[in-house]
Formats: sequence, structure tokens, C-alpha cells
Amino acid sequence: MKQGFSALLLSMALGFVASGASAQDKTVKIGVLTDNSGLYSDLGGVGSTLAAQMAIEDSGLAAKGWKIDLISADHQNKPDIATTIARQWIDVDKVDIFMDVLNSGVALAVNNVVKEKNSILIDTGAATSDLTNAQCSPNTIHWVYDTYMLANSTGQALVKAGGDTWYFLTADYAFGAALERDTTAVVQKAGGKVLGSVKHPLNSSDFSSFLLQAQASKAKIVGLANAGGDTTNSIKQAAEFGIVAGGQKLAGLLLFITDVHSLGLNVAQGLNFTETFYWDLNDGTRAFAKRFSERMKNKAMPSMVQAGVYSGLIHYFKALEAMGGNPHDGAKAVEKMKSMPTDDQLFGQGSIRVDGRKIHPAYLFEVKKPSESKGPWDYYKLVGTVPADQAFRPLSESVCPLVKK
Amino acid sequence: MQALYAQLLVGLINGSFYALLSLGLAVIFGMLNIINFAHGAVYMMGAFVAYFLLNLGGINYWWALLLAPIIVGIFGMILERTMLQWLTGLDHLYGLLLTFGIALIVQGVFQNYFGSSGLPYAIPDQLKGGMNLGFMFLPVYRGWVVVFSLVVCLATWFLIEKTQLGAYLRAATENPTLVRAFGINVPRMITLTYGLGVGLAALAGVLSAPINQVRPLMGADLIIVVFAVVVIGGMGSIMGSIITGFALGVIEGLTKYFYPEASNTVVFVLMVLVLLVKPTGLTGRAA
Repeated sequence: MKQGFSALLLSMALGFVASGASAQDKTVKIGVLTDNSGLYSDLGGVGSTLAAQMAIEDSGLAAKGWKIDLISADHQNKPDIATTIARQWIDVDKVDIFMDVLNSGVALAVNNVVKEKNSILIDTGAATSDLTNAQCSPNTIHWVYDTYMLANSTGQALVKAGGDTWYFLTADYAFGAALERDTTAVVQKAGGKVLGSVKHPLNSSDFSSFLLQAQASKAKIVGLANAGGDTTNSIKQAAEFGIVAGGQKLAGLLLFITDVHSLGLNVAQGLNFTETFYWDLNDGTRAFAKRFSERMKNKAMPSMVQAGVYSGLIHYFKALEAMGGNPHDGAKAVEKMKSMPTDDQLFGQGSIRVDGRKIHPAYLFEVKKPSESKGPWDYYKLVGTVPADQAFRPLSESVCPLVKK
Repeated sequence: MQALYAQLLVGLINGSFYALLSLGLAVIFGMLNIINFAHGAVYMMGAFVAYFLLNLGGINYWWALLLAPIIVGIFGMILERTMLQWLTGLDHLYGLLLTFGIALIVQGVFQNYFGSSGLPYAIPDQLKGGMNLGFMFLPVYRGWVVVFSLVVCLATWFLIEKTQLGAYLRAATENPTLVRAFGINVPRMITLTYGLGVGLAALAGVLSAPINQVRPLMGADLIIVVFAVVVIGGMGSIMGSIITGFALGVIEGLTKYFYPEASNTVVFVLMVLVLLVKPTGLTGRAA
């Protein structure tokens, strides 16, 4: 007891002495910048903020004297709004780290602000592989997935299965362009051919015109280089126009569990796609998902974007602890994170590469038939696993300036 | 060439949604002088009511076509009685702001409870499948949408322009005091008219539920286009909004074929062009 008391006194004294030095500063401010109201709000949104809250609670840092604040905002899928919020968060609110930031256009814009102001971005929502390639930054980590990985796993698997001619339905912004570009490269490398593509405006409700063009192309695979509500509407209307019944195969290049839930198994059954997280993968993911869904409205299971927010923050907290305090220096904290192996119950063991790419396995899933599903949110069958070292763009192909060759 | 026919037909299908929605807007504007920004929200409510009827009450699509417009129409009439009627005689702007606020609240509540990705609603068994027209595969359901909306549009036009009830209505908007002198309950008629306009939007919502996901923002995405349709057609003109609705659907369809990136903006470009040449819209009367 006496020892404990003197240790407390000592630590208080040390804390007092060190309070001027930033390395011992134990305050952190986390900003979840996401889509709270638009077409991606189910896969990020309030679920991402909840995941961040859970990460703070699970880190146990509060008991060790840390003070961690969490704020969130809606970027409305608009890069200009996002950068305004980002600047205010850094300059006025003193936010240390940005989480989620889904929508590729928004992410690329925030990426620049974060680099300029030496803050931190752990992006779990945006897909564009440019974040760790041409536009990589010492302040950014791309956590969950990217367009290269999606193309590499889903694209390759489909070409191997005989889908050698493709036609793309592409969302007309940074993400769609990146996904189409990366998938085209994979298809062509595997000996396949891209017959054409049509770019549709973001957040369209009617896809019949575009689907008719895809149908007329007679391509074996209709690749959906879109996401969220755009993907669910494309899939639903493709069924209506007899695309699959007519012998063409639909490739949802980016599909989230919330999309499958929204479509229902009757429409979604048989779809193949890639994710890096599924709630029913193992004991660790199930335990997290159960706690998450109990606190979510509608008892929704976490998407890979939301899981990424949790996992990314857990690693960030470990790095802060290892540094003994918050240096409030983005590049320095990211460097520390890169130097430590990642390990959590959601994504397993992994690492962060020099270009900011977080590395872990990717999983090929197929959506179950209604008869195979045992209950709510039981949607996926695991078809294959792409090992961590093969899932993402190899450093040898990278044009990221951080990669020394 | 074949692909072009297909796009024309698809345009016509979308046009039928525009027509149904802009028809309701035109009826409300023509009779109540209110720019009903809540129209997208009640369209969305129509789809949601159809979803609830099916999933909570086991009531199928065909009954939903009848019941959803009635239920949402009653909601509309309550709105009119409790809020909108106090705006009689005030500037258009007040109605616009009030209904816009109502739309935001309704959409917000639905989004809070049901998220953004939407709920599934299947095509009824009798309308599943499709037929090969030679130049395209036409889903039976889409064909049904065109035929059904045309019938509803024409019936509404007939009701307002050709029947005695319609004549009372039109007279009541021109000179309510005189019509009241004939012993006709004008406020009740106005309420019923708002209910009719809202019911038409809800009907479009039920029609769209099997094609699109039932989403809280489905109306918000559509309403701006529909307003452009009404403005181009001429505010308050019944036939103008029906014809413009179908025509703009077709023009949008063609844009999706020739230059898809512009398909979301072509309607507004047209609106600017029409307003430059004829500020009252194509069929609108000068104020």
C-alpha cells in the first residue's frame, strides 16, 4: 500500500515535470469523418463512430490516465465540404487523427490536407489504390481494402473461371475510375478483354439504360465498378432485365454486408466478391460483431469499413502507448505504427508497409442461397483466401515516392 | 439502331414516374397554390407503406396499389388541415419552405430508423419475367408501369378538366367566395385535392418499390428532376406536366445512350433553355 502510494506520488511528480514536454502528453482527439446521411451511410456512418467508441473503451487507456475525445462529422460525399471540416478540425479542434473517410474523391482531398498539416489519416472506407500509390503520404495509412486488391482477387478469380470478356458499369468519380482501371489491368494481364464501359453519375436510381448497353455488348462479365446504393440498384435491376438469366455473369467488384442485407438473399444469392472482414469468420470477429450489433440500431452487423475503424484505432493506441505519450506529430506516429506488427481480433496478424498499405489476407465470398442461411445476417460462404502477401499491389510495382528502389 | 429503340422505351418508362409525380405537383400547385416540396417524401412513404403492408400485414402488391395512396393521402390531408391551410393567401415561398422542412423531417426520421441502403421489395409473381421484343428484353413489370401510369394520368386529367367536380375545383381556386356562396365546402375540397396529389405521389412510390430499393432518400433524389419537369411543362398545367414528364424521360434516356455522364444534368439544361425562351413553361399560362 505504502509502495503504491509512493509510486503514485512519483508518477504525479513525473507527470507534472513532463507536462510541458509533448511526448508525455496523454490527450488524444479522434475525428470520424464519414457519410452520415448519404448513400454510404450504412456501411460507415454512425457505425464507424460506434466502432471508434468501442476501440477507445477496449484500449483501456482511460484507466492509464489518458484523455481521449471523439468527434464525428458528415462530409456529405463532397470533397470541398470534407476539406473545410478537415482544416477546422486540425486548426481549431486540434484533431490528431482522421478515421473512416469513405468516398475516394473525399479521401484524396483529405489526404492532401492531412499531409500539409502533418496530421494522421487512417482510411478505412475509401477504395482508390492511389492513396498508397501515386498519392501516398507519410501521414496516411490505408487500412481495409483497395481497388487493386478487389481487382486482383475478384477479377482474377472470375477470369480464371472463364469470364474473359468484360463490360463495366462505372460510377463517374475517382473511385469508379480507379476500380475500372485496376480491374482492366488484371483482366488484360490474365488474357481477357474489356469490350467497353459506361460511366454513370454517382447516386443514380435507374440503371436500365446502362444495363441494356452492357447486355448489348455480349460480354461474359458485367463488372460493377460502383458501390453502396448504386450497386444494390444495379444488381436488382440486372435481375429484372434478365442479364444473369441471359447467360452474362454479374461481378459486384465492391460489395458490403450492408448491401447484401439490403438486397435480400433472393436477389443477392450466388454473387462473388471480396472482403477483408466478415463478422462470422472466427471467434474473434464473432465476439466483436456481437458486442457491436447489440449497440447498433437495427442490430446491424459491422461492415469491413466499420471493423477497420476499430482495428486501426486499436493499433494507433498501441503505438501511442509505446511512445509514452502523444507527440501530436502525424508523420512520427505513423512511422511508429509502421514499425510495429498489427494484431487484433478482427483482421488477425498483419503489418503496415512503407507506402502506408496495411497488409492482411483477403477473402473471396459467395452469397448464400436463402435455404442455406441459418438466420439474420448469415449471408456469406467462404470460397477462397488470398494470403496477405499476395492480396495487395506488390511494392515492386509501386510508384509511391516513399518506396525506395 | 436497335439499341436506340431500347433506350427510347426505357426513357418512356422513367418518364411515367416523372409524369405521375409532376402531375401530383401540378394538381397541388394549380388548386392550392403551394409548391409542394414534400412530394418526394410522400413518394418515398408510398414505397415504405407498400413494404410494411407486405411484411407486417401480408398484404400484397395489388392491394398496396390501392391502400398505400389512401394511407399516405390521409397523412397528406392531416398535414393540410394542421399546417398548410394557415398559409392560404401568403406568398408561395412560405409553402415551399414549410413543405421543404416537412420533407427533411420525414426523410430524417425514416433514415434514422431504416438506414440508407434500403429494403427489398420483390416484383409480384404475376408480373415477373419479360419478353423479347427483338430490339430489347422488356421486363413485364416495366411495361405494366408505363400502361398503368398512362391510365392514371389520363383519368386524373379527365377528373379535373372534364367532370363537374373538377369544374367546382377549378372555380374554387379562381374565386373561393363565390363558390362557397353556392353552398360548396371549399376548405374540404382543398383538403381532398391535397390528399389526391399526395396519393398520386404515393402511388408512384408503390410502382417504383419493386424496381428500386425502398430507400429513405429515393424521393429526395428524384424531386429536383420532377420540379424541373413541372417548371418546363408550365406550373399548374395538368396536361403540360403529363406530356413533359414522358418527354423528358425519353430525352434523358437518349442522353444515357449518347453521353451518359450528362444524364443527371440534361433536364436542367433543358429547363434553362425553355425558361429563356418561354418563362411560363411550355404550356403554362401567363400569370
